[in-house]
Amino acid sequence: MSLLSIEGLTVALPKGGDRPHALRDVTLELNENEILCVVGESGSGKSMTASAVMGLLPEGVLAESGRILFEGRDLLVLPEPELRKLRGARLGMVFQEPMTALNPLRTIGSQIAEMFRVHTQLSAHERDARVLALLEQVRIPDPAAAAKAFPHELSGGQRQRAMIAMALALEPKLLICDEPTTALDVTTQAQILELIRDLQRRTGTAVLFITHDFGVVADIADRVAVMRHGEVVEQGPAAEVLNHPRHPYTRALVAAVPPLTPPAAQPLGGETVLRIEHLTKTYRKAGLFGRNRRVTHAVRDVTLSLPRGGTLGIVGESGSGKSTLARCLVRLLDPEAGSIHIDGQDRLALTKTELRRDARRIQMVFQDPYASLNPRRKVGELVAQGPMVHGTPRAEAMAQARELFELVGLDPRGLDRFPHEFSGGQRQRIGLARALAMKPEVLVADEPVSALDVSVQAQVLKLLAELRTRLGLSMVFITHDLRVAAQLCDRIAVMRQGEVVEEGATAEIFANPRHEYTRALFAAVPGQGWTPPVAFGAEEMA
Amino acid sequence: MRILLLALRRLAASLPTLLLILVGLFLLLQLAPGDTVDALMAQMGGGDPAMMEQLRSFYGLDAPVLVQLTRYLWRLVQLDLGFSAIYGKPVSSVILERLPVTLLLMGTSLSFAFAAGMALGVLAARRVNKWPDALISTLGLIFYATPSFWFGMMGVVVFAIKLSWLPAGGFEDIGAGHTGLARLADIAWHLVLPVTTLALIFLATYLRIMRASMLEVLTLDFVRTARAKGLSQTGVLLRHVLRNALLPGLTLIGLQAGTMLGGAVVVESVFNLPGLGRLAYESVVQRDLNTLLGIVFVSALLVILVNFIVDLLYAKLDPRIAAER
Repeated sequence: MSLLSIEGLTVALPKGGDRPHALRDVTLELNENEILCVVGESGSGKSMTASAVMGLLPEGVLAESGRILFEGRDLLVLPEPELRKLRGARLGMVFQEPMTALNPLRTIGSQIAEMFRVHTQLSAHERDARVLALLEQVRIPDPAAAAKAFPHELSGGQRQRAMIAMALALEPKLLICDEPTTALDVTTQAQILELIRDLQRRTGTAVLFITHDFGVVADIADRVAVMRHGEVVEQGPAAEVLNHPRHPYTRALVAAVPPLTPPAAQPLGGETVLRIEHLTKTYRKAGLFGRNRRVTHAVRDVTLSLPRGGTLGIVGESGSGKSTLARCLVRLLDPEAGSIHIDGQDRLALTKTELRRDARRIQMVFQDPYASLNPRRKVGELVAQGPMVHGTPRAEAMAQARELFELVGLDPRGLDRFPHEFSGGQRQRIGLARALAMKPEVLVADEPVSALDVSVQAQVLKLLAELRTRLGLSMVFITHDLRVAAQLCDRIAVMRQGEVVEEGATAEIFANPRHEYTRALFAAVPGQGWTPPVAFGAEEMA
Repeated sequence: MRILLLALRRLAASLPTLLLILVGLFLLLQLAPGDTVDALMAQMGGGDPAMMEQLRSFYGLDAPVLVQLTRYLWRLVQLDLGFSAIYGKPVSSVILERLPVTLLLMGTSLSFAFAAGMALGVLAARRVNKWPDALISTLGLIFYATPSFWFGMMGVVVFAIKLSWLPAGGFEDIGAGHTGLARLADIAWHLVLPVTTLALIFLATYLRIMRASMLEVLTLDFVRTARAKGLSQTGVLLRHVLRNALLPGLTLIGLQAGTMLGGAVVVESVFNLPGLGRLAYESVVQRDLNTLLGIVFVSALLVILVNFIVDLLYAKLDPRIAAER
């Protein structure tokens, strides 16, 4: 008999939602000593499945029918006190965002010890000893100090380790991981995945692993279930689902994963459109009497150039300075040394007024499509605003906006709507149209696809590639995702702690990374051993 | 150490504010017709102009305004609050006599408002959108919207006059000559109505803040983590939610300390309590500039002190504070 079996689970959403059911007729099985990956995009119901198993469904959301059998008992009919005894002790859970999932006001040690306080009779002394042992087990550097630390004093990876230590404290039979590595950097993600797999093998715990990333699935799954709109569309052994996906949705998802091999390089002219030389930006935090003073070298002596019509990828982890560099390029920030030339024009020498007048040369697309559009203005106005500020008559600007909407694949009838009426992918297209309305020579895109679902990400990437050839756009593309960089960029610069450690043609860097940090980044990319069986972008969602 | 430094910086930052208040008030009062000597003469039933001139030069009131101001500030630097012509003694001793009453009134009201507001806020948040929440929120709004003097007077009418359960005013029964514990009980007895009046207004604010921050904290991820650990509803509340939800309320104490002093003026007048608030009122009427400035100075110090304590508490409750600054 399997450890966990979900049979025909249907979960109703409160009335007035966008759909009547969060989950419909979900049937899943999880055996002991097995990792089941539940894959899906946002809104697929994968997190809801986890919440249902934990008995932590949001208020107003009720399981309508079906059973969740755990060790032979139906969790849906178990009274709350019984369920509480299972939670933590037999069912452990790790959440996505380790910063917010830990109480900011209590030490890591006390939060882990709480597991023993709630479920066991151990003395305070024994609890402390167990906490230390656990922190050692998850390989946190200096466990004794980590136990006394508050969550904000640890790094993201260390926090997630602490979360895992907490979830595993009482050796649960089932561990539920809800996107445990999504908020982490690639190298950290690789370490955490290895930790989970390692602990799982040693303890024989069954793991229900929720993710949107097929690379991660390829790395750790024994079996895979693919979910869409609250239904399981396909499930089976990992090798089967990954290499021979049958359902069209699964095929489309697999096709949306950018392969790690860059396509054939496009020919580029020798002309340089953007030249960055010795750019330096330092953040200083003043402290009273010189105490707590901090100096962060966000960008340190960066020299790069972008050929006309080409795409320069800037790759790095969080804190590497890539976003600061992007902001310096459009002069949202003023660097203190170095120079930026676009078409021979010295951008740093421009005054604020000149900069505004000449804004069209370089435009930016931002990461978060939700926060970067003014929610109180119609999207047509948002797109037309730039040209209108620069003297284009309103009618003409609106006509241009209409054309741009068609160009980025949006229905021009949407011009009169407000941003919240669009999905994330559509909003990113609007952001793109807004930037393109200025007819820029250089487009700076700061992680434009990282907030999007994989299938939408693939579409936006395709659009960017198309626009590049159609408009002859030169682009600086900032990303943390090497797969994305491989598909879109002609040249790649790898940044770490404000410095460019390696720069070169994409194919060259992928074939032969020279710097050890680049090699570490490549080694950390999930799902390297797996080549998507469906060609990138070959099949799209119905 | 870091916390102390932070507090010192706060203190240094509040000094210019204090100076500004004192100078502003000094100049403002110059605009009011009449001075201390006029008020004194009015009390004595009049006097001849020569004597008034003499008194003016005795108190230094004949000097130009700027000179007077400079003299006052110079004395203040030496921690000398000056001499009150009306009361015939140093301002510091006049204020010290009245200070305990106000401190007692404010302290108890603040504690009561904070404690009750927090408790009711938690209660309302736990039963959000059900009848206890509606009842508590409505009551809170009523308390908040009602002027304190009306509350005080209604309290006097109902509990003192109609029911004769509580005394109508005053700080204690002076004639009874209570000592020790009996005196304490007597004072407490007299303070029931004033404290309730002052506290009810502020209670509403704490209630609303606590309710809102409880509701917010309840949606945070770590609350879900706590539930996933198998903690009971009460356990989650006590161990994880409460302390996090307490922080905004604590900030409010610092903000409200000044407002509360203002409220004390009204309440002390209504209940005839010999406190700082009433002293301030009387000083304005009698143009007793020195006393008034002294009161403002002491009040400002009080507010700074309360904020200082709040800062320390905050840093103690929230480990992120000490690290950030």
